[in-house]
Amino acid sequence: MADVIVELEKVNKYFGQNHVIKDFDLRIIEGEFLTLLGPSGCGKTTILRMIAGLEDATSGTIKIQDERVEDKEAYERDVNTVFQSYALFPHMTTYENIAYGLNVKKIPKQEIKERVREMLEMVQLMGYEGRKPDMMSGGQKQRVAIARALINKPKVLLLDEPLGALDLKLRKQMQIELKRLQKKLNITFVYVTHDQEEALTMSDRIAVMQEGVVEQLGTPDEIYKYPGTKFVAGFIGESNIFEGEIISAKNGILKVAGSSGEKMTLLGSGFDEGEPIQVCVRPEAAVYSKEPKDGFSLKGTVRNIIFVGSQYRTLILLENGQEVKINRGRKDRDIKEGDVVYIYWEDEDGFGIRKKGQETQK
Amino acid sequence: MAAKIKKRRKRLKIGGTLFAFLVYAFIYTPIAVMVVFSFNDQRINYYWKGFTFKWYEKLFTDSDLLSYLWLSLFIAVLATVISVIIGTIGALGLMRFEFMLKKVVNTSLYIPVVIPEVVMGLSLLMLYESVNMPLGVTAILLAHVTFCIPFVVIIMRGRLAGMDKSVEEASMDLGANRLTTFFKITLPMLIPGIMSSAFMSFTLSIDDVIISNFVSGPTSTTLPVKILSMVKVGLTPDINALATIMVMVLLLGIILNSVFQALMKKRASINIKTYF
Amino acid sequence: MNEKNGITVKDKKSWFRRNGPVLSTTGPISVWMLVFVLIPMLYIIFISFMTRDVYGGIVYDFTLDNYKEIIQPLYLKVIWKSLKLAFITTVICLLLGYPLAYYIAGKPSKTAAKLIMLVMIPYWTNSLVRLYSVNLLGATNGPINNILMDIGLISEPLDMLYSDGIVVIGLLTAMLPFSVLPLYASIEKLDKSLLEASRDLGARPHITFLKVTIPLTMPGIVGCVLLVFIPSLGMYYVPEALGGGKVMLIGSLVRNQFLVTKNWPFGASLAILLVLMTLAMVWIYTRVSKMDDLEVF
Repeated sequence: MADVIVELEKVNKYFGQNHVIKDFDLRIIEGEFLTLLGPSGCGKTTILRMIAGLEDATSGTIKIQDERVEDKEAYERDVNTVFQSYALFPHMTTYENIAYGLNVKKIPKQEIKERVREMLEMVQLMGYEGRKPDMMSGGQKQRVAIARALINKPKVLLLDEPLGALDLKLRKQMQIELKRLQKKLNITFVYVTHDQEEALTMSDRIAVMQEGVVEQLGTPDEIYKYPGTKFVAGFIGESNIFEGEIISAKNGILKVAGSSGEKMTLLGSGFDEGEPIQVCVRPEAAVYSKEPKDGFSLKGTVRNIIFVGSQYRTLILLENGQEVKINRGRKDRDIKEGDVVYIYWEDEDGFGIRKKGQETQK
Repeated sequence: MAAKIKKRRKRLKIGGTLFAFLVYAFIYTPIAVMVVFSFNDQRINYYWKGFTFKWYEKLFTDSDLLSYLWLSLFIAVLATVISVIIGTIGALGLMRFEFMLKKVVNTSLYIPVVIPEVVMGLSLLMLYESVNMPLGVTAILLAHVTFCIPFVVIIMRGRLAGMDKSVEEASMDLGANRLTTFFKITLPMLIPGIMSSAFMSFTLSIDDVIISNFVSGPTSTTLPVKILSMVKVGLTPDINALATIMVMVLLLGIILNSVFQALMKKRASINIKTYF
Repeated sequence: MNEKNGITVKDKKSWFRRNGPVLSTTGPISVWMLVFVLIPMLYIIFISFMTRDVYGGIVYDFTLDNYKEIIQPLYLKVIWKSLKLAFITTVICLLLGYPLAYYIAGKPSKTAAKLIMLVMIPYWTNSLVRLYSVNLLGATNGPINNILMDIGLISEPLDMLYSDGIVVIGLLTAMLPFSVLPLYASIEKLDKSLLEASRDLGARPHITFLKVTIPLTMPGIVGCVLLVFIPSLGMYYVPEALGGGKVMLIGSLVRNQFLVTKNWPFGASLAILLVLMTLAMVWIYTRVSKMDDLEVF
């Protein structure tokens, strides 16, 4: 087991009467790229700020490298933050901004010079030493902010939606660069974002948060393929969710009856017969045709086929009124809007979520 | 636990509050003294002798202070009206149009704001003397308008900068001419700015000592100038009484204003609720 | 001829149509400012180079004597003292006003608005009456001396009146409310995430204050200096009400040249000196606030 570098235990945070973080537990492993993912207001930034020391936890313990830090001020902690709006000092040049952390630690001038040069090279900003923040583009400011934090060789780098203000193209480019930087320096990154795609691309692990608790913690692959809760299934990627009841559970294969008796099949263990279940399937995993398939009886009418760039999206209206989204790479010639079709999927593409309790079905 | 940090934060907070309290105490002590001594039963106020209303009685029955107050109020109201009209229209014009003397006018608008009042006062005195204008009410009024206009312009500029010009353009597009647009659209939008510049002008005028001192005549003087002439020999407690009444009126005005605004807000929110 | 007339009329009309709005809006304010501000200012400059006759009139002979007279030790002393007291007042205003403004800026906006209002209320009460209260408080047989003697801290009453100290206190009474406003405005505008960034990068509170807070609120500080220092130089009624005429400042000197001794040219040259000091301060202010404009996006 790898070393835990940051540990949060039973952390609670109130803003006035507002209980924003609830008995929060999290262990961050040294060298990993961990993303706190969730909608705005879920408390992800608060967690980050409590690790940084910019916010005091109301109760609970926070450890950095096995040392309790609740009594340490932000300036006494070996972690650094890249702020959402960069928070570059407007009255200082790029050089002064990057050198700030070393300057306040009274590092010899010569060493500062060398380390700033190193950093400028690393973030490819050579020649911009004398510029002030207002003379630079968003992407450049971003790099300065990263360099300013990394020059202090923090044990953990905290990033609070650092790419939120950049345009799409630049964002994609910076995602790759950040990931490369993290691999190269082998520093633990804790990254906050509400952008699921960003989280899936960059992270080693993702903690999906909602209303002050972790809904699910896992690798991007796990989280995408096996969402543990309905919230995660809806928040990460798109899902079609069918309410139902398990009619048989044998050899890891579940047979489920939908709310109006529709048959569905999926893989899953640990479920009991008669248990209510939510069956999820990704739009790209579900298929449809004019002929029914064994174990499935989801019947609906094709309402709409839309070309969305890389694929065709079909909206199918089930008899009970539910709408199902299915994506496919090419258009079927023989199926038109208004046709009646049957929906099914490979057993392993469906996954079940317990209605109560929060565990995955794996 | 995080006890140490919490203690430190708390101590800082208490320290800050204490400091603020002391500064407020410093600011308010003279006013408190003024109020207390307006009820003190002795003429030369060095210690507390007993409670009395007699200075208030004297103020209203046996004192010429009120006549100075009326003159001050008269000048302040007139100066406010004139400077708000000239300043508001001027701010609009200076914002929208380019003309030859614009830079000169803009510069001269800054002069009364930044230079010491003494210089303002003597420059006006010299102007009046050189054209043989008698000192007195008119001279004071013109002087007050002069130092109020720049403040009106500053406030109105701030308001105008934040105003959506397309509303005016929409009005003209809908067939209203410039004048109608000004009275129906621009003016109502400027009301808050006009109110605050009027308040500013009024307070500047009513409290002005230095400039009025230069241009007031021997017979007609504003209240502050009268008080200045009395300060050297010692103020009588009826002045304390008058100043106390003025503070109370001001406080009442502020309270009424905030109550009024709270009511307006409430009404506005009720209106919105009935719509949705 | 008809044709010519027609053109003239048309031209007049279009000239008016073009310039009517400009004239009607900017005309009154331009005339007012030129007549009551600009011309008198130029007139002072002119007079400061003229000669005074024995009866207090002005003789239109060019001379530099009025400026030479300023250099006399007697007047230099007054100028020096004025600058010193104005400087001390300004520094104390900053030392009291900055933390107060910082404290207010840290409150929720509704509370902050109320606290600012509380600062401004005294400004709306007659400044002379407030000064006189200070005078009463500090008098030899006034409350402060009485209390101090009662509790036995002193045996003889302190002679607080007619001193530089009480003049400074008087100037503070008049100036402090005004000084909080520009400070509050700039502290409130300060992006709090910059302070957090500094903290996060390892700077202790006092370092953050020196390296981030102070530089970024410089426009407010200079604005405060501008609002306190300049008027302090000219507020002759403060030393008159509190210093009993013993403390002579440049403002009183200027006033006396006009209202007492009737030496207008010399008074004008002193006024010009005041204006020059003011311009120097304003110049510094525009430099600092321009810097700010460029830096904060």
